Amino acid sequence: MKQKQFAIESKTSRRMLTALSAAMLLALAGSASAGGPPTAKVDATGLAVTDTDVTVGILHSSTGTMAISETGAQEAEKLAISQINAMGGVLGRKIKIVQEDGASDWPTFAEKAKKLLEENHVAAIFGCWTSASRKAVLPVLERDNGLLYYPTFYEGLEQSKNVVYTGQEATQQVFAGLDWVAKTKHAKTFYLIGSDYIWPRTTMKLAREYITRVLHGTVVGEEYAALGSTDFGSTINKIRLKHPDVIYAAVVGGSNVSWFKQLKAAGITGKSQTLLTLSVTEDEAKGIGGENLVGFYSAMKYFESLNTPENQKFVKDFHAMWGPTAPIGDVTQAAYEGPWLWKMAVEKAGSFDTDKVVKAEESGTISFDAPEGMIYLEPNHHLKTRLRIGEWRPDGQADIVYTSPYIMPNPFPKGY
Amino acid sequence: MGGYSLSDLWSIVVMQGFSGLSLFSVLLLMALGLAIIFGQMGVINMAHGEFMTIGAYMIYFCSRIVAKYMPGFMPYYFVFAIVVAFVVAFAVGYFVEFLLIRHLYKRPLDTLLATWGLSLIMQQVFRSLFGAREVSPQLPDWLMGAWKATDTIDIPLNGLFVMALSILVTSGVFLFLYRSSWGLKVRATTQNRVMAGAVGINTRLVDRLTFALGCGIAGVAGAAFTTIGSTGPTSGSLYIVDTFLVVAFGGAGSLLGTIFSAFSIAQVQSLLTFFLTNAMGKVTTLLAVIVILMLRPEGLRPNKVRK
Amino acid sequence: MKSFYENWLGGRDGAVGMLVLAVVIMVAFPLMFDIFRLNLIGKYLTYAFAAVGLVMVWGYGGVLSLGQGVFFGLGGYCIAMFLKLEASDLVSTQHQTTPGIPDFMDWNQLTALPAFWQPFHSLTFAIIAALVLPALFAWVIGVAMFKRRVSGVYFSIITQAVAAILTILVVGQQGYTGGINGITDLKTLHGWNINTTSAKYVLYYVNAVLLLLAIMVCRFVLTSKLGRLLLALRDKEDRVRFSGYDVASFKIFIFCLGAVISAIGGAMFTLQVGFMSPSFVGIVPSIEMVIFAAIGGRTSLIGAVYGTLLVNAGKTAFSESFPQLWLLLMGGLFIGVVMLFPNGVAGLYDGWFKPLVARWKSRRPVMVRVADPLAKSE
Repeated sequence: MKQKQFAIESKTSRRMLTALSAAMLLALAGSASAGGPPTAKVDATGLAVTDTDVTVGILHSSTGTMAISETGAQEAEKLAISQINAMGGVLGRKIKIVQEDGASDWPTFAEKAKKLLEENHVAAIFGCWTSASRKAVLPVLERDNGLLYYPTFYEGLEQSKNVVYTGQEATQQVFAGLDWVAKTKHAKTFYLIGSDYIWPRTTMKLAREYITRVLHGTVVGEEYAALGSTDFGSTINKIRLKHPDVIYAAVVGGSNVSWFKQLKAAGITGKSQTLLTLSVTEDEAKGIGGENLVGFYSAMKYFESLNTPENQKFVKDFHAMWGPTAPIGDVTQAAYEGPWLWKMAVEKAGSFDTDKVVKAEESGTISFDAPEGMIYLEPNHHLKTRLRIGEWRPDGQADIVYTSPYIMPNPFPKGY
Repeated sequence: MGGYSLSDLWSIVVMQGFSGLSLFSVLLLMALGLAIIFGQMGVINMAHGEFMTIGAYMIYFCSRIVAKYMPGFMPYYFVFAIVVAFVVAFAVGYFVEFLLIRHLYKRPLDTLLATWGLSLIMQQVFRSLFGAREVSPQLPDWLMGAWKATDTIDIPLNGLFVMALSILVTSGVFLFLYRSSWGLKVRATTQNRVMAGAVGINTRLVDRLTFALGCGIAGVAGAAFTTIGSTGPTSGSLYIVDTFLVVAFGGAGSLLGTIFSAFSIAQVQSLLTFFLTNAMGKVTTLLAVIVILMLRPEGLRPNKVRK
Repeated sequence: MKSFYENWLGGRDGAVGMLVLAVVIMVAFPLMFDIFRLNLIGKYLTYAFAAVGLVMVWGYGGVLSLGQGVFFGLGGYCIAMFLKLEASDLVSTQHQTTPGIPDFMDWNQLTALPAFWQPFHSLTFAIIAALVLPALFAWVIGVAMFKRRVSGVYFSIITQAVAAILTILVVGQQGYTGGINGITDLKTLHGWNINTTSAKYVLYYVNAVLLLLAIMVCRFVLTSKLGRLLLALRDKEDRVRFSGYDVASFKIFIFCLGAVISAIGGAMFTLQVGFMSPSFVGIVPSIEMVIFAAIGGRTSLIGAVYGTLLVNAGKTAFSESFPQLWLLLMGGLFIGVVMLFPNGVAGLYDGWFKPLVARWKSRRPVMVRVADPLAKSE
């Protein structure tokens, strides 16, 4: 029962066949009654589970500065949930959504997470984007024993029983990308630049160690820009003076747009300079403008242009639901994986109860044929995935120029 | 500085000098609108950043229209779009003054709160109209790129453009205030509202036009900044701290003060970010500004008019 | 007893108001709401400290501080530093490169506890620091500004700039401050788990009592000679100055008082919510605090509490029911209150409710007194 059941029918036939396929699926899953197992059996901890439905929470920023980034993740989660419902739901129960707005404010995230868990008794939460919001929500999750599916690539250094990290942790995103750039571009000198907060700093720390120790290269500059900084003139001049083989960048938010526009204006383009960034997905590319990114590289586990039937189907469904121009970035795809992984864990556990679901998650047997390809949920709550390098085109899409072998997640790297 | 050739260093000095000047024009352009309103009317417009965002979205809007209906016009549309940005921001400012600000002139602190509420509403309106994601207007090629002055010197074209624009706008404002009859009325109203009214100046209309002008200039600034920054519902908030600092540092009620202030902040920040890291340069600059404000709390060029 | 009644409670009206407030937050709320909602109200009530402080600074001192979040944050961070050190014992941090220091320091390659963190091993020091540091900071700003007669909008912008800079500093120096994530995952206070339901009840009541005490202290200041001077000062500053009073000192005092009250709120916030982050220090929260005070009525200490509760309840309710629209509603609320009810909830009460009661009592018509805007015009 691993992948077959995820072959989703086309939209129209899906509508007609909803009931039929649900029944078939349940038969496949070995469940006797059409309504799924009795509620008392699947919910011993007072979650919002009835005979016909189960409630989950979506917790992202719809307002404030982070709404720019979190919109895609929300949309993907809703798509996944509607597809799961169309297939009959989870343990015979349709998924109902309670959506809350974290308003780009960490205490609000904590408050809303608490509300979702203590008032709505949701079975799982799909949400958060920034590390700060996750850190704020984490104590609430651990106290109330809730489940969070967190979609963003992040700095690692964390592993909570209550969280499944569907994005890559730093070592997965950094090492393979550096290997690639050192090999194909014969890069020896690197200039590191990031926004001044925990994710870029941790990532750059890993990168610096890897460059000097493993690649025997040199870091000729390391630079952090204040969050929200819009002026990169002096920084770019400094980079120019150092003539690095590679600019390795992790600038985020509005600063990211300023950074790339000012690079282009300073005459530094993909033609003359190798630049590898960790913080540009199709979402960001839309704000930066593809023409300002041409020839630069991104290291991500997923690109919208990925040419596989699973991905083409995902892209089609996503555009059918959210409009043909909605970009699909790495985090959006990772967010899409959340509800599916949860469904598989719940079905494996045969229960919505957190402890049982966590046990299923940690069994090391959950894998899913996602748009990005097969992914494997490891016992350390992170995914075993591949890394891809994309070269940006003027239309805001990336050509995939490299795909790494599978990389084990390692949130607490030793010696870095 | 071993390891760098003399010509390398020379080019960096030139480009670094240009960076400082370019930052100066950016700061000046974004603070000018706020300074006019604050200086002439004692009202702080907390929605200043959102008026800049209006300008940015107007560029986006025009670029979409032009790309769709008259692609041949693409290289030139930017200049016209800036005019559109000014007109729209001016018009919105005009109505905001009519609906909101004019009721609050006697309560300047309340204006802060009301315009804060306004900024929340405007952000949500942007989000509903243009979507929560950032957008990127397609800019003409002649704006985005570098002018190769020599082999090693690249001068950013968008920097040159913003510089020219801010010179144009600043001199326009000066001409308007000090050489036109409207400017005379504005200055008279600032100095003594009652007396100005007594000699037949329509002070209400003067207020409205001043406010709208400030908003219009914010729109122009926002439009110009699409070449160097992002366009999204909350993009305006990126500039707001710098804007307030420039105005506070310059001293209330003095355009020259605003220019001095933008210039000194830009030079210090540009040099510090070159020699320190970007974040440290920024923080050090801000700290220096605060310390100077502690010593000279009324700014570089305080308003000497008796209250 | 008489003087306590008059000076600390503010006479009959004040005493009734205090009693009603006390009953509402200490009896009614705990009966009406479950612990989750009550904890939420407890969080709102910590903001009310800042609003009460602003009533003193803005409503009576006549200067609008847009940097009140700085003091709220300072108070909160002092307590958070103590709690974090307690949470970072050798056992729970054993997997770190350097065990025994807070986790975020370890992530930022710090190998020893910075010197300025050392004294925060002591709760007494942390509490004293939470009160003294904000006062000291306010004093420095106050001396610089008020001695030079900076006031009005200009003062507001500068306090706002201070808030912005402090945020950038806290975010940037993440090895020492926890950066943008703040100081999270606080668990115990001298071994007492602050996350249990019973602890939450205790903290809620401590918070409520402290809030009532803070209001009483403010009442006392206002009914003293100083309070009358403040009123005179707000209405005609020059005359007070010409009468030989040192105007700046009064303003500095009131600014420091407001700072300390806000800081108590911040400290209680950390205890009740279990973390502190730079998102309380910046411009947005500081302005929101002003809005709480404005909606409560800028000269009403008790109104500030109701205003805080009202706005936050509205924010929570709007954002739960209309996630896409709540900003419109909040923005509209601010504009509406400023334009139509400049004296906020308290103004409504004084202007409409009280005359109604009076009319009902005396059974004859009374002129409705329309509240006039109090802000000083320059």
